[in-house]
Parts: sequence; C-alpha cells; structure tokens
Amino acid sequence: MNPPALLAALGAAALRILQSLGHASAFFSVLVRRLPAAFRRFDLSIVQIHAIGNLSLVIIITSGAAVGGVLALQSYYSLNRYGAAESVGLLVALALLRELGPVLTALLFAGRAGTSLTAEIGLMKAGEQLAAMEMMAVDPLSRVLAPRFLAGIISMPLLSAIFSAVGIGAAYVVAVKMIGIDSAAFWSQMQDGVDVFDDIGNGIIKTIVFGVSTTFVALYTGYESEATPEGVAQGTTRTVVISSVAVLILDFLLTSLMFSTP
Amino acid sequence: MEKRQIETLVGFFVLLGALAIVFLSLKAANLASFSFDSTYPVTARFDNVGGLKIRAPVKSAGVTVGRIASILFDDKAFQGVVTMQIDRRYQFPDDTSAKILTAGLLGDQYIGLEPGADDKNLKAGDSIKITQSAVVLENLIGQMLYSKAAEGRPKDSPK
Repeated sequence: MNPPALLAALGAAALRILQSLGHASAFFSVLVRRLPAAFRRFDLSIVQIHAIGNLSLVIIITSGAAVGGVLALQSYYSLNRYGAAESVGLLVALALLRELGPVLTALLFAGRAGTSLTAEIGLMKAGEQLAAMEMMAVDPLSRVLAPRFLAGIISMPLLSAIFSAVGIGAAYVVAVKMIGIDSAAFWSQMQDGVDVFDDIGNGIIKTIVFGVSTTFVALYTGYESEATPEGVAQGTTRTVVISSVAVLILDFLLTSLMFSTP
Repeated sequence: MEKRQIETLVGFFVLLGALAIVFLSLKAANLASFSFDSTYPVTARFDNVGGLKIRAPVKSAGVTVGRIASILFDDKAFQGVVTMQIDRRYQFPDDTSAKILTAGLLGDQYIGLEPGADDKNLKAGDSIKITQSAVVLENLIGQMLYSKAAEGRPKDSPK
C-alpha cells in the first residue's frame, strides 16, 4: 500500500472510532432520559431484575466463596512469615470490598447477564419486534431498553455486596475453622482497618459505575448490532470485550481517585 | 412464571443484598462503634508528627478513646497541629499530656493520652499543652552513634 492510501485508511479508522464514540454518547444521554419512564413502569424492571440479578446469584455466590477462600489461604502463607496471621481477615476484607468484589462481580455480570441482554435486544431487532413496537406508537427505548438499564444499575451493587459478604464468610471458614486463627482477632483486625465510608461506601460507588457501564455497553451493542445471526453473535462478543475492558479502565481511574491518598 | 412469584423472588434477592450490606457494615467495618456527633475536638501541637495519619486512633491506657480528625502545619510556630475527636463518654483533666507512639516496632503511629491531675476537664476546642513528638528513627540512630563514639574515646584525651 502506498503511503497516501495508508494515511487515508488510518484517518478513516480514527474517524470511525470517533463517530461510534459520539454515537454511543448520544445513545447514552437518550437512555438516561428514558430512566424516569422505567421508574413509572417499575413492574417491567422487576421482571428484568429477576432475569439479571436472581439468576446471577449462583455464579456470584460460588465465585465469591472461591475467591475469599483462596485469598485467605494464599495471604496466610505470606503473613504467617511475619507473624501477622491475624491480619488475614483485614487483607481479605479490604481486597474484596475495594477491588475484587466490584471488579469480579462486574466481569461475571458482563459474561452472565450482559451477553443475554445483548442477544435478546439484538434478536428483537433482527425479528423487527422493536420496529413493530414503534409502529404501535410504543417507544422501544422506554419500554424495552430503559427497564433493563435500571435493573442492571440496581442489581450490580446488590450482587457485589453479596459477593464480598460471601467472600469474607469463606475467608472466615478457611482462616478460623481450617487454619485455626483466633476468631476474635480475625474480626477485630478487620473492624479496625475497614472504614464504612472509605471502603464500603467507595466500593458501592464503584459498583454503581460498573453497573451503568456494563449494562449500557450490553444494551448499546445489542441495539446497534446488525440484524443477522452473525451480527448478534458479534454483538455478544463485543459486549464481553468492551465491558470488561471498560470495567478494568474505570476501576483503575476510580481507585486512583478514591484510594491513592492515605 | 407468575408475576407474584417473580416479585417474591426479586424481593428475596433485594433482601439478600441488603443483608450483605448490613453484614459488611456491622461485622467487617466499624459502623457499630461509629456514632454521630458524640465526640469533642481537642487540638495538640507537636514539633514533629512523624508518620501520624488522619483517622489514626487516640488511645489512653491502651483503650481507643477517639480518632485523629486533621493534621495541619502551623507556619508561624512551625509545628504540626493535630486535631483529634474524642468520645464524649470520656473526660480528661486539663493537664493531660499527649505522646505520639508506635504500635509495635514497625506498626502504625497513634496518639497516647496520659491523664493529668487537674480538677478541670478538657472542653471542646481546648488544646493539650504538654506534648511529646514522634520518635524519628534517624535521629535516634544518630544519637546512638554519637554516644557510642563518645564512649569509645580514650579516657585521657581532651574533650
């Protein structure tokens, strides 16, 4: 390829990225403006919370227990060297509440609930159900997309809290019941180092941000996917990739804002 | 699935999430010992606050009686001004002294309050007069080296 053509292709790619970013932002503002409509028909959101939240419980609880237990086992090996085995609880609680709870829940959420949202919306669009709604003067954005968006935003913090609580419970089982760390020291070290607002509050803010971003990416890629089987398949793949990367980048930004100062 | 059933299941999910948040706040964090507006501020000036941090505990006889609210620098007296919030349940005499201590050899620093014998108690906004700064490890090592060097000097050599 000759240099001018290469430059042109590069420019076209950059313009395409900018254009899709602008399109996504416009769609986001439209979706946010439809949120009051979702509150008015909250029964629609409840069905979606069931689909997104309840059905994700099993994977969230199993992963939370596994992560908490493994964290406790691994941190015990290192901490025990320095005679600080009692700090296992503190380490596990801070890691779960600040980082692992919100991030892993968001990643699992993208895989478990985000993909199904994308596929559902994409197929609705492929089957021209959304167009049919519009024909009947029903706004598909406020009737279909907004309740799912609201349900995602509500479900994420709850799922993440359950994840962290189960993880701490599993760490308790591993550290106190299996390894034999003193139970009172386990809890008191944790309570000494974990702050309600700094750690739990900031963790909840993180999960709300992740809930908004993950659900939005899932809905947007579903809505914008091509109305073909391949288009829907590509859309679900894109949902997982984009929302996972978005969660990791947002997490870095939020962590540096929230926890970088002592 | 029937609508009522779904609503019940969602209610169960929300309840589970709320219980998780309550468990985290009460069992994993310090909300139980946290109380609103039941503290009074007391300030103390230190020549050197060392590694003291905001929210570090204020202890007396080893019991946590408050937390450090702010650490500022006074550019007139060139001292660190530490404001601590002390639990209203605990009253201390006016001539209480404050020391910056370290938990363990390498642990976090906290303020230790040594009660005095005055009849009057510290009030909100009062400042503690008698303070002892943090021990700076470098100074301590420097002092030790000097005293070792002085010991090693021959007896009859001029000072």
